[in-house]
Amino acid sequence: MNNLAGIGVSPGVAVGPIRRIVQVTSDEPIAATPREVFNALEKVAADLENAAHHIELDIAKDVLGAQAMMAGDPALVEAIGARLTDDITYPDVRPHVTDSFSGFKAALTALGGYFAERTADLDEIMNRLLAKLSGTEQEALVLTAPSIIVAEDLTPSDTAQLNLQFALALVVEKGGPTSHTAIVARGLGIPAIVGCAGILDLEEGTTLLVDGREGKVYLNPTDSDIESRQHREEALRARAAAVVGPGRLKDGTHVTLLANAGDAAGALAAASVGTEGIGLFRTELLFLDSQTEPTVAEQVAMYKSVFEPMKGLRVVVRTLDAGSDKPVPYINAIHEENPALGVRGWRLTRTSNDVLSRQLEAIAEAAKGIDIDLWVMAPMINTPAEAQDFATRARAVGIKKVGVMIETPAAALHADKVLAEVNFGSFGTNDLTQYVMASDRLDSRLSDMTTTWHPAVLRTIQIACNSAKTLNKSTGVCGESAANPYLAAVLLGLGVNSLSMAPSAVSEVRGFLSTVDFAQCVEAANQAVNAMSAEEAELLAKAVLEK
Amino acid sequence: MPSQTVVVGSKVGLHARPASLLVKAAGGSGLSVTVGKPGEKAVNAASLLSVLALGVKNGDSVEITVADGDNSDSVLAQLVEIVATDHDE
Repeated sequence: MNNLAGIGVSPGVAVGPIRRIVQVTSDEPIAATPREVFNALEKVAADLENAAHHIELDIAKDVLGAQAMMAGDPALVEAIGARLTDDITYPDVRPHVTDSFSGFKAALTALGGYFAERTADLDEIMNRLLAKLSGTEQEALVLTAPSIIVAEDLTPSDTAQLNLQFALALVVEKGGPTSHTAIVARGLGIPAIVGCAGILDLEEGTTLLVDGREGKVYLNPTDSDIESRQHREEALRARAAAVVGPGRLKDGTHVTLLANAGDAAGALAAASVGTEGIGLFRTELLFLDSQTEPTVAEQVAMYKSVFEPMKGLRVVVRTLDAGSDKPVPYINAIHEENPALGVRGWRLTRTSNDVLSRQLEAIAEAAKGIDIDLWVMAPMINTPAEAQDFATRARAVGIKKVGVMIETPAAALHADKVLAEVNFGSFGTNDLTQYVMASDRLDSRLSDMTTTWHPAVLRTIQIACNSAKTLNKSTGVCGESAANPYLAAVLLGLGVNSLSMAPSAVSEVRGFLSTVDFAQCVEAANQAVNAMSAEEAELLAKAVLEK
Repeated sequence: MPSQTVVVGSKVGLHARPASLLVKAAGGSGLSVTVGKPGEKAVNAASLLSVLALGVKNGDSVEITVADGDNSDSVLAQLVEIVATDHDE
């Protein structure tokens, strides 16, 4: 059985024929008069309005409604009119149209955060307009039978045109875990895989087995393949539903399960799935949503809103992790050739030292009078000196439990010295994986490299865990990897004490862990670190854990 | 021309639904309406792109001005209420 792999972003198993959604791109000149351009723009607005009216998914309805308004925006019409002033047939309107949009895109990009995300809507409108003018518009997509939707990536207007009740699964070549495709699939409760290289080379109608939990696509599966996958999926779901309460292995070993959160809604979700607290409170959101640094008072109010629902529980706060893939315009002002290797995380003390001082002050102030177990850690700590600097400053404002993210090879290899300065360490496995493997985690062409299952990554974690054990310091994992039940078990086997994941993943991980002994976790970890490849590590570990 | 300054109630600022509601109401009023941060250049409130580009966040003040007409005051009151409300609650 041949197969393809990508990133599973919505769990579940589906079997069905491929239905390919072809997206035409072209840069042929488009001859048109200004009148034709305006008429086409009006039609685009009407199409979007119509699509917004018909789609059932609320999240897509809002996106399409906003796009329809933008397509009919008087300021956009004015910008195009200013570039197409003569009543003639222009030999190519494409550059004029592109120019008209670019001013708005630049203005929104400069605002950052939520505002910058709207530039994708402008691209969508522009592409629809150019497609309409050049006659390359795709026909309305009508699914007549249950199918697995395959595309380069799906935009909100693509999904609006599809009658998705016939979609069995979504598999796209590009995109990431937070892309529109992933969000739509999770909303519909169907399996989805993104970043699946090779999927567009398959013939229309080929029968696929899609496993959205594992991110695997199997071609022309046999009945027994299908049955075993479906059986496993059902067993996992049943187990997840059956186990509640604190995390425990089969032999009774206690495992601290925590959830990741970024705001008050996330904290409520974390509390509702019965975790022992928040293992990663991302404090970037407030900064990303502002054009200037939020004041200490604003920060205190925001942090309090996350602390309040967590009374009696642990909250691990991560200080500002701006930079790299999360730039904050007023902090990361300088263009960096290599932002992932640049001034990000705690390194911002080099350029925006006072911002971090004010944040530590706000965190300490917000926790006053609320009965939580407050832990605070800094991201991108690389050296013992940085760990000491952070610990000194955090303790100076009255924070008792201070820690560091272990997300660079330097911090992991030198953990015996780095962790000596603090109370705890937390593995950020997404970044640790990309740095150990020297592979950009946002580049879907390298997705086979950016897996935490790679023995080189697991060995790096093992080295740091061994140092932590010697020093008697606690360690946790707060990356995507903790949400994978098998990997979670392997991480425990390597010596990690707590696991923090998206609230939606908690029940499944808790359910799985209740079926394995600690000795199995240790053996699975041992087999995985000695494997030849990520695939082999995963296979060997699973074999041990499913015994 | 009646005008009023109002503090933005929405948590996300003038973005997403709050911005759409303002733009729809301004466009549907039949009167020319502008919105801007006090002391800065005001923009056409019937243009979503222009309103977004103001980059107004929660807690900021904006000044809304409605052109003279039969129902200017009631249009202004309606728009002020849209901006002051937190629509995500």
